[in-house]
Amino acid sequence: MSNTQPQTLYEKVWQRHVVVAETQSTPGVMYVDLHLVHEVTSPQAFAELDARGLKVRRPDRTFATLDHSTPTLPSGPDGKLPYVTEQARKQVETLEANTKRHGIELAGWDSDQRGVVHVMGPELGLTQPGMTVVCGDSHTATHGAFGALAFGIGTSEVGYTLATQCLIQRKAKTLRVTVNGQLQNGVSGKDVALAIIATIGFGGGTGYVIEYAGEAIRSLDMEGRMTLCNMSIEAGARAGMIAPDEKTIEWLRGRRFAPADYEAAARDWLSLASDEGAVFDKEVTLDGAQIRPMATWGTTPDAAIPVGEAAPQPQSESDAKALAYMGFTAGQATTSEKVDVVFVGSCTNGRLSDMRITASVLKGRKVADGVRMLVVPGSEAVRKQAEAEGLHTIVTAAGAEWRIPGCSMCIAMNGDVVGEGQLCVSTSNRNFEGRQGKGARTILASPATAAASAIAGHLATAEEIA
Amino acid sequence: MEPFAKLTSKVVVLSQANIDTDQIIPARFLTTTTREGLGDLAFYDWRYEDDGSAKPEAILNRIDPSEHRILLGGPNFACGSSREHAPWALLDYGFRAIISTEIADIFTSNALKNGLLPIVVSQDVWDDLAQNQDQPVSIDLENNQIQRGNAAPVGFKVEAFARQCMLDGVDTLGWLLAKDTQIAAFETTRNDTAPQRTAP
Ligand code: SF4
Repeated sequence: MSNTQPQTLYEKVWQRHVVVAETQSTPGVMYVDLHLVHEVTSPQAFAELDARGLKVRRPDRTFATLDHSTPTLPSGPDGKLPYVTEQARKQVETLEANTKRHGIELAGWDSDQRGVVHVMGPELGLTQPGMTVVCGDSHTATHGAFGALAFGIGTSEVGYTLATQCLIQRKAKTLRVTVNGQLQNGVSGKDVALAIIATIGFGGGTGYVIEYAGEAIRSLDMEGRMTLCNMSIEAGARAGMIAPDEKTIEWLRGRRFAPADYEAAARDWLSLASDEGAVFDKEVTLDGAQIRPMATWGTTPDAAIPVGEAAPQPQSESDAKALAYMGFTAGQATTSEKVDVVFVGSCTNGRLSDMRITASVLKGRKVADGVRMLVVPGSEAVRKQAEAEGLHTIVTAAGAEWRIPGCSMCIAMNGDVVGEGQLCVSTSNRNFEGRQGKGARTILASPATAAASAIAGHLATAEEIA
Repeated sequence: MEPFAKLTSKVVVLSQANIDTDQIIPARFLTTTTREGLGDLAFYDWRYEDDGSAKPEAILNRIDPSEHRILLGGPNFACGSSREHAPWALLDYGFRAIISTEIADIFTSNALKNGLLPIVVSQDVWDDLAQNQDQPVSIDLENNQIQRGNAAPVGFKVEAFARQCMLDGVDTLGWLLAKDTQIAAFETTRNDTAPQRTAP
């Protein structure tokens, strides 16, 4: 009989990485297994290292990619990539130089492994259950889908991790979100994520690490689980995690960085699940069967309602402001408004299954007049496989644009922007004012809903246009 | 990092909820490779027109930043991305402290590492500060107290270690580097689950 207390998944992973335990006056030192790096949040960290004459402690635990400021259009006739500004080009070149100097592997322009950081990491098998994974990007929680403890850090911490492979951390509180029951057809990981955030609120997870559990969560495939964990930060949570199971093991098998003794690793991974009787600081339960395709009406991700429902009466000044910004009227269905742009992509919904569902909705149809649709695969690997399946021809035949992998319109810093006042149905993760460009109005939804909206010319579910 | 002990200053109130990091510094300015000079870009779209001309009505264009070192923000302040550009921009603009009823996790961690003090207060205290925004507020980090005029001082909490670093004006990297022996011991004794990596 074991004399240890039942532990949660988070506690088990946390405990495996304590280098120095926390005390009242000092936080703990936590070891980082995998540090993912991209061009936007790293230059100042490398500069700090250089200024102090420090080396990267574990280049072999560090992996870099180019994604945020990179163009999604190919080189022009002059052979030059169409960067939005010289500063964007310089930022990318700075990472190329920094990784070279410090011996860090970079999935750069010449690599067929380049991709949006949170699409690329799992794809290469860099992300594994039980690991600690950090990246200077708030959607790092994506990797929690594998039962890793993964969270976003700031640039100072990028520097700490480069220099020491450690972070100072205090243990977080735990929140278990259980989604029971069976999901209806046409309800995806994105819809589950939006339904959960709408339930716990856009700050409701602050200070917590979420564990997602329950039959509906288990029924999601790995890509759906990544979409769900990806959006944990939109509830304010530090991280989101799902216990590894057979799906996790099968998904990672054979990937480039998968462990050599895979069966032994897999056995260990299965032992990470929260113990029976483990106590969480907070519990929330949802009925999965009640979840329908979701879309946002406001300017925070928790402002989500089932597609077709009327925008709610404002409960606060902020709600009223959000409604006004979006150009919606309380009591009016948001489906009546004309859509100008549709974006499918990002680390939330830029994976192969997202490309497949998008193509299946677009197949044999045309994007409505006046709608601009961008489909941006999340990585070169996704692009390659999608093209092998002919998905790109379906996308372009429908009148949408098929682009080169990158963050694109998710953060709109590479020149792919939604125009002022335009309404965009987007598969990304943030609908903040101006997130997709100054004055841009964003509705967050799943790839199926986004593609259906492109066809309909207004917000619509795939079922409606079928 | 500049040590932080006591600060007495006027307050700027930005009361709306969920002021996210895209408002604090829009993503299109993140292509910078340095951390300097971001104060001009703080709340850019709130402060400037498309043609770059300043909006005269914007509060942040009307005040003297050197006299307004405290930002009183609405709930869930600085939610959103992990960009450290947000605290850099606020500091460079002139702020040294943020007071709100709720401040996002990653921002809090980033702010503390740069000498920008995030303070969480109750709704009552927030309302009181907002209603009396013309009166200077004193923040005393040594005693973890905020005081306004003759009103009774109000306590606040800051994680102990980050507080000490702020008081001393030291950053945490030096402290972490000093743990080298423990880190090396951890690396050699742990049951390694590292990714199997080919040489770069
Ligand atoms: S796709 Fe969006 S959320 Fe994901 S890493 Fe890129 S900018 Fe961040």
